[in-house]
Order: sequence, then C-alpha cells, then structure tokens
Amino acid sequence: MSPDFLIALTMLTNFTLVATSRVNKAIQLVVVQGILLGLIPIAMGLGRHLHILFMALSAIAVKGWLIPFLFRRALREVHIRREVDPYVGYTMSLLLCALGTGLSLVLAHGLPLKPGTSPTFLVPAALATLFTGFLLLVSRRKALTQVAGYLVLENGIYLFGLLLVEEMPILVETGILLDLFVGVFVMGIVINHIRSAFDSTDTRHLAELKD
Amino acid sequence: MARLLLSPLLLIFLPLLAAAVAWFIRSPRIRVRLLPAMGLLHLLLLIIEVRGWRDLPHGAWLGLDALGGWVLLVISTLFTIVALYAPSYLALRPDRDHRLFTACLLAFLGLASLLAQSRHPGMAWVAIETMTLTTAPLIYFNRNRRSIEATWKYLVIGSVGIALALLGTLFVAYAAHMGGVEEPLQYTRLMAEAGRLSRPWLRAGFVLTMVGYGTKMGLAPLHSWKPDAYGETPGIVGALLAGGVTSCAFLALLRIYAIVAAAGEGVFAREILVGFGLLSMVWALVFMVGQVDFKRLLAYSSVEHMGILVFGIGLGGLAARFALFHLAANALVKSVLFLSAGNIHRSYASKQLPHVTGAIRRTPVSAGLFFLAFLAITGLPPFAPFVSEFNIASSALTTGHVFAGAAFLVLLGGIFLTMSDTVMQVVFGVPSPQRVRTPYKDSFATTAPLILALALALGLGLWLPGPMRSMLEGAAQTVEGHAPAVREVRPLFGQAPALVPAAVSAQEVRP
Repeated sequence: MSPDFLIALTMLTNFTLVATSRVNKAIQLVVVQGILLGLIPIAMGLGRHLHILFMALSAIAVKGWLIPFLFRRALREVHIRREVDPYVGYTMSLLLCALGTGLSLVLAHGLPLKPGTSPTFLVPAALATLFTGFLLLVSRRKALTQVAGYLVLENGIYLFGLLLVEEMPILVETGILLDLFVGVFVMGIVINHIRSAFDSTDTRHLAELKD
Repeated sequence: MARLLLSPLLLIFLPLLAAAVAWFIRSPRIRVRLLPAMGLLHLLLLIIEVRGWRDLPHGAWLGLDALGGWVLLVISTLFTIVALYAPSYLALRPDRDHRLFTACLLAFLGLASLLAQSRHPGMAWVAIETMTLTTAPLIYFNRNRRSIEATWKYLVIGSVGIALALLGTLFVAYAAHMGGVEEPLQYTRLMAEAGRLSRPWLRAGFVLTMVGYGTKMGLAPLHSWKPDAYGETPGIVGALLAGGVTSCAFLALLRIYAIVAAAGEGVFAREILVGFGLLSMVWALVFMVGQVDFKRLLAYSSVEHMGILVFGIGLGGLAARFALFHLAANALVKSVLFLSAGNIHRSYASKQLPHVTGAIRRTPVSAGLFFLAFLAITGLPPFAPFVSEFNIASSALTTGHVFAGAAFLVLLGGIFLTMSDTVMQVVFGVPSPQRVRTPYKDSFATTAPLILALALALGLGLWLPGPMRSMLEGAAQTVEGHAPAVREVRPLFGQAPALVPAAVSAQEVRP
C-alpha cells in the first residue's frame, strides 16, 4: 500500500467520524484511524530503521489495543445512552469538516516543504485531522466522544510528526505516546467519577461553574 | 564529576521517589511530614546546585541554565512554603484520604525540576503534559460535583492546549530540519543556529506554542478552566497552580520565544506577546467587576498577572528582566493570597460574599494577611510586585510604547479598584448575622508559612541580592536570544564572571 492511499483513508475516517451517531462506532473509527497512522511509516519504507519500526508498532499497540480496551471498559461501566448527542447536526458537521479540510489545503500551501519530501499530502492531512478533532471536541456532548475528539486531534499531530520521524529522538517519541495513553487513562477515571456524581456522562451537567 | 552528574538527577528523582514512598506510607501523620521535608531538601539541593559554575556540554539533555535555575528557584521556594502549610491544612480535613494528593504534590515538584533542566523542547513538552495529568487529581480533592466539573475542564482544555504546543514544537523542529540543523535539537543548538531556521515554520510554530502554553498559563481568552479550577480546589493547590504550574508553562514558552528572538523574528513575536498581555488584563478586569466569590477573584488576578508577565517579555529589554522578577513576586504573593483565602474559607465554610464579611474579626491574622497580600499584588510600594510593575510601566513609557504603557497603568488602577471592592467587604465588612460556626481558628501552623512568604516578597522588593541579580540578568539575556545558554549555572554566591567564550571559561573551571 502506498502512503498516499493510507493518508487518503485517514482523511476519509475523519468524514465518517463526524457523521457517526453511535458512540461505539465513533470509538471503532478512532481505533481504525490510529492503526492506519501506525502503518504509514512502514508504508513509507521506513521500517528498515529499527527504532521507527518499534515506534510504529507501539503506536499501533497503544492506539489499536490499549486505548480501545480502556474505552470499552468505560462504555461497559458507564451504561450510557449510545448516541453521541451532537450540539451541531450531522450534515452541518460534515460541511464544517469539508470546510476545514479545504482550509487546511490552503494553509498548507503557505508552508514550504523541504525539497524531496515524499508524501506531500502529509501537512494538509495533518491539519485537517486536527481540525476534525477540534470539531468533535466542541460539538459533542458525551464525555467519551470528547475523549475521542482529543485522540483524533493527537492523530493529526502524529501525522505531522511523520515528517520528522527520522529525526525525532526515541526518548521524546516514547514520552509522547506514554502521555497520550496515561491521559486517556486519567480521563477515563474522571468520566467514571462524572457518571457516579451525575448518573450520566453528558457534559451538559458540567455547567454549574460560571460567572 | 560525580556531583556534576548526580545532582540534576537528584532534583528530579528525589521528589518522584518521595511521591512513591508517600503512596505506600500508611500513617497519614507521617505521610504529610514528607512534604515539608522534601520541600526543604529540594530547596537546599537546588541552592547548592546553582552555586556551581561550569560549561554546559553542547549535547547535554539535562542542565540548569540561568533561566531554568531562576524559575526552579521560584517554584522550589513556593513549594516549600506550601509544604510547610500543608500538614496543618490536611489535619483540618481528617475525613479526606490524602494519599494520592500527597503523592501528586511531590510528583509535581519532580516534574518541575525535569522541565527546568530539560534542554530539549520535546522533553520539556513531556514534562508539562505529565504535570497536567498529575495535577488533575489535586483539583478533585473535594470530591463533589463542582470539583469534578473543574477537573474535567482542566483536563480537557489543558490537554488540547498542550497538544497544540506539541504541534508548535514540531513546527519549530521542522523549521530546523529545513534549515539543515543537525539533530538532536537541544535549545543550545537551536539558538546558536537560529539564523538557519525556516521562517514561515518558525513563525507558525511560535503562534501554536503561544496558544498552547498560553492555555496552560491561563492567558485570556484561553483561561476558561482557570476560575473553575482555582475556585474549587483547596488553597494549597490554588497557590501551587497559580505560582508553579503557570510558571512552568511560561518557562516552556520563553524557551521557544528565545529561539524566535535569536532568529531575529523577535518583533513579530513581541507584538503577539504584548497583545495577549493587554487582552488578559482587560479580560481579568471585566470579570473582576462584581465578583462575589473571592477564590474566583484570585483566579482572575492570576489571569491578570500572567498577562503582565507576557506583556513585560513582549516589551523586551529592562521590562523583560522585570517580567522575570515578577514571576517570583507573583508566586510569593499569590501563595499568601490563596492560603489565607483558604483559611477564611475554612472559617466561614463559604467563599462567597454575602456569607463572608468582616473576616478581620473572626480570623484576624489570615484576614490581615489577605488584605496585605492584596495590597502587595496590586502594587503597594515596598513589596516586590510594585518593583516589577513600576519598572515594566516606566520602561514601556521610556522606550516609546506610550500607548501600551498608558493602557497598562490604567488597567492596573482599574484592577486595584475593582478588586478592592470585594476584598474590603470580605475583610472589613459588617459581619452578617446568619453565619455558620466552624471550629477553625488561626494558629501558628496555618499562618506562619504565609508570614514567611509575605516577608520574602517584602525583602525582594527592598533588596535583590547580587548573585540573584546576576542570575536574573543571565536569564533575561537567554530569553532575549542573546546568550545561547551555553553556561549552565550562574553562581548564586561569589563573583559572576562576565560573558566569556565557552572555551575560555572551560579552562577556568577545570581543576
């Protein structure tokens, strides 16, 4: 598979995500996106560097196995209504996502790439994914979908990081991945507390504090 | 040689080890004793560490330069004050299990040490992100609906902000990659070869890190987590967040700014910094008007002072040096404000105006300290914040930023007036008849650390010791992009050598 194909698939998952009405479907899509991203460095032919291969495999393990494991546990314990409950309708979300993707292409155009960079699509795809993550974060009510949005946002950053994958010290990369995992873990714990305090994971309840 | 390698690691790993030990200690009374012990030990180790003077190896991953040393000195002092106060506070809340709380507090200190000594932007990012995760349980200490809401907002907004900072850091790394700078990208190398960085990526990277770390600092309009988090946590956590976590984010931002300044893009970055600074002050002023919750009032005051910090850095020169000084002034006075507000909150079982009035009669020491610290933070002359606020304003006016300087002064005045409205009622108002009786009384243990902090703020306002002055100067030079931070530590005691080429001083140092 060529890296361009994988990047295109990633951008397709963005669109599917914002149009999804089920929480567990959204989570599955985030997992698929995580795995796709893990495969890109291998498709770019960087698998010959042992540390890149190792990082790609651990990214797949964390995003494809550990994080969904946390999600499934949260879903089972939380017994939430399985709809994502958007503030913004699905059609509107799709339109916004398309707008964001177009904007990313324009923005990326203004940033020069090092001559000879292979997947030239990487920067707009990264920005578009970042934007999708934002959209999910602000337009969905369920705490779990907000975490999914955060993960999509991180995926966007990961995509951009692929431009630097050969240069990035493994220490830093491991730290980033570990922080992502622990972050989702802590958010999962907080979601559980939200559920026991409010008997729901709807973030509309979290509106008591204001001026 | 052994000391050279060991002490940076000790500063990081001793608090982390203490956090692990705290987790396993059964007895709450022994566990809380760990906090002051660790705080004092850390401060002592740090002072010994910054006494030294040597060259920073180019490829070092860890090392304390003047800037990192200054920020860590502030944080370590703040932590010690908070830790001295903590046992008496936690004794007032015997119903709360503080195993996780103590462990997270100690872990924060270790992570702050890691951040201050990080020589690589990626590593600094990891330290800050981990800090966000370890401070989240602190906000949830009260275990009620309001505190869970504050925790969720802190966690989500903070994580998103920090994710943007990561993207910004990657942009800067790509700028270096395009310029052909070799890896690994330590700050030292990035600053020395800043001229080669690709400008569009560097600018975009700065904007992203500004937004990202600005969220963590709580600059308006990215501060929405701040009033909630500060309002719902115990005073100790408020003090540590307002003076510690925000200072850490500020340091991470300054490191990136230093690269931008070294690359000659300072003018571009400064406009953004000044804009964010003034906006934060305006925003704080607007939300302080009629604020009945005095802990939220302090949160907006924190937004204001983060604004002052970036405003000063944005003006550059003398103002930048005093902005760094203001970091210490703000941390010390904020600790007094948050801890005394916590005492008043304990005494009244409320933190809102109609219920809390005339505190000077019920808790004379805490209320007195609260009032004095309010005067100090708004710029009463002998205290440290006055020195920095006055010098930032005067250097704005004398360097041609007349409009910005005038706006700065007007905002400071307006904030003094609006803040005094609430503070005067809390401290001197007529006691309301339907007050809740609580067993809390001011004691030596709950007020002495506050008096110490206020005395330090007063002392710093009157006299800045020479070694600290030279450390501050070194830090300001690094921030402005002049010295690419090859020096590890400026001596805290003894004579400060002038800026000499690295090779020369290396020979001096060798025994």
